[in-house]
Amino acid sequence: MQEIQAKMKARAKELLESGQVARVIGWKKGEFIYDNSPATFESVEELDNFVYDYFCGSNLSKYLIAESKKPGKTAVFLKPCDTYSYNQLIKEHRINKDNVYVIAIECLAKLNAETIKNLADGFVTGVSVEGDKVTISSPYGEKVVDKKDVLLTKCSTCSKTHVAGDEQIIVYNFEKPSTDRFEKVKELEAMTEDERFAFWRSQLSKCIRCNACRNVCPACSCVKCVFDNPASGISAKANDDKFEEQLFHVIRAFHVSGRCTDCGECSRVCPQNIPLHLLNRKFIKDINQTYGEYQAGEETEGKTPLTSYTVNDAEPNEVVNGGK
Amino acid sequence: MLKIAKSKLNDLYAKINESMGLFIPVKVAGEVDYRVWSEGKEVSLETLKTVKSPKSMFFPQTENLMKFVKEGKNIEIIDVREDFDQRKPFVLFGVKACDYKAIEVLDKVFLADPVDTYYQDRREKTTIITTACSKPEDTCFCSVFGIDATNPLGDVTTYLDNDYLYWQANTEKGENLTNLVKDLFENGGEEKVAEIKENAKKVLDCLPFKNLDLSKFKPENLNELFNSDKWQELSEACLACGTCTFVCPTCQCFDIRDFKTNKGVVRFRCWDSCMYSDFTQMSHGNNRTTQTQRFRQRFMHKLCYYPSQNGGLYSCVGCGRCVNKCPQNLNIVKVIKALGDK
Ligand code: SF4
Ligand code: SF4
Ligand code: SF4
Ligand code: SF4
Repeated sequence: MQEIQAKMKARAKELLESGQVARVIGWKKGEFIYDNSPATFESVEELDNFVYDYFCGSNLSKYLIAESKKPGKTAVFLKPCDTYSYNQLIKEHRINKDNVYVIAIECLAKLNAETIKNLADGFVTGVSVEGDKVTISSPYGEKVVDKKDVLLTKCSTCSKTHVAGDEQIIVYNFEKPSTDRFEKVKELEAMTEDERFAFWRSQLSKCIRCNACRNVCPACSCVKCVFDNPASGISAKANDDKFEEQLFHVIRAFHVSGRCTDCGECSRVCPQNIPLHLLNRKFIKDINQTYGEYQAGEETEGKTPLTSYTVNDAEPNEVVNGGK
Repeated sequence: MLKIAKSKLNDLYAKINESMGLFIPVKVAGEVDYRVWSEGKEVSLETLKTVKSPKSMFFPQTENLMKFVKEGKNIEIIDVREDFDQRKPFVLFGVKACDYKAIEVLDKVFLADPVDTYYQDRREKTTIITTACSKPEDTCFCSVFGIDATNPLGDVTTYLDNDYLYWQANTEKGENLTNLVKDLFENGGEEKVAEIKENAKKVLDCLPFKNLDLSKFKPENLNELFNSDKWQELSEACLACGTCTFVCPTCQCFDIRDFKTNKGVVRFRCWDSCMYSDFTQMSHGNNRTTQTQRFRQRFMHKLCYYPSQNGGLYSCVGCGRCVNKCPQNLNIVKVIKALGDK
């Protein structure tokens, strides 16, 4: 990983020094080993804090909506999953792509700081990755765990490779294990309606309506969300049980269906660890089944299953039954 | 000092629950929050940082204030406070030292003139049982605010080890509660408690944030802090999600809105966040037009504005929830470090 970081930092330095770009979006170090933040670097000096490691899970593509409108070029480091969000944002004309320089970077799958913290009894003093094992140190001792058990949810079933990039930084040619990303969706489908309702009720009863899921989502790029508009007549701030559990998250999942690239940021940021990605994946699975395989963000142009009509489209009753 | 075997705690909860409501950290779908206790729930007194703080017991996230019911040409005004005398007293169990201090911070806001009667009713009806921390976490920095995690106050203080819960009443309310449940307890535990405190102190002594320097955050430095050029960089990754404000035990802002029903209007309040674009919306718009300004408001309020009006009391208690939960890892510690040096 350090090798990837060194190459990225060197590239960022070159690009800034030569004036090819005005800024670079990457990650900067935090207070612990596990709390890096997205950051914009505008000078070589600022790169002192530059970091790239197993705790750079956040998706940087959405920051480009604002940054690509600034004067000068913006370079951005994108992991495989992030390149899908990037393409989708271009398709929706949210990013000025002439102003962006994409460096596609290898990811090696990112770790979940919260899982690791729990394993360390809340006090992490060290984390090191060696092949498929992770060593977690704390004042209470050391634990060696399987890497697959401490990955971010989004990374544990990811098989994505880059779909955008003006250049690439790939060192290890890390092979992603093949897993079925629909496994949990299938489990939910196999439940009875009551069981499924109980599952979502208990999950969504935790929601604090912070909107982190929406604000981080690259598909949620409306300039003003209807739920933030006091004139819309929707009491968006009230964390009311019924509205909460039956409407908000379902509306949001519908709203991003066909555009959600399955980047998994919603589940990563949720302070209550609600598996929101399962709602989106259910829609993705249904779209695949009903209209044929489709992956949002693979292309920057072209028709999408939910916004185009073909004579072979499924009849409504098939769709309803398909949604079972 | 009294003690009860952990295996018998369920009897204690059931006993309290006979005559009072009981709010306690409960695990639901993997996350621990204060919820109403009932038989069979998975209690977790050990959890230090419930996702939401216990403030929601006194200041719920959404709360009806009054109702207007329309009948023909008449509008009847229903004051929901008229039902308050039917409310049962309740016990809030498991409050950590930081969260207990946070209640003091909230009291200064809600119980100052004019008193917030909705908050006051719940506050007066509550007996608070605190639980000392045995294993502080790396994001804890309560000691910076003079809080002793091993010795929280409250009506009753409890301590935990592997086998027992130890119980010490501190106030009249605490004594009354003790009398109610005394039969379940046996005497003893002083030595064990001393040991628990000793062990926790060892952890507190090696916490990474224990030496945070707050000396810069004084009212006389307000302008300098406000005008610092560091806010831009500190806030650049902020998503404006408000997670930090909703998990914070001292954030106290709310909005009041009307909800139209078929028969009239329900006026409610709900938590609001200074991180939101429509916060304190005025006819000309929001007076803070950028996210950097909104971000600055949150931390200036905690570290400067609130203390300047409350005799130097900070409105951060170092619970570390915002450190744990910010999706992009921005937080008050980074602010204190960036602005506090020199
Ligand atoms: S991030 Fe989680 S808690 Fe916040 S609004 Fe979304 S689902 Fe609710
Ligand atoms: S500081 Fe973090 S938690 Fe708070 S609003 Fe910004 S992104 Fe959300
Ligand atoms: S500002 Fe952060 S650390 Fe301070 S009391 Fe609030 S949530 Fe806890
Ligand atoms: S901040 Fe202090 S009182 Fe709060 S949970 Fe941590 S150690 Fe306990």
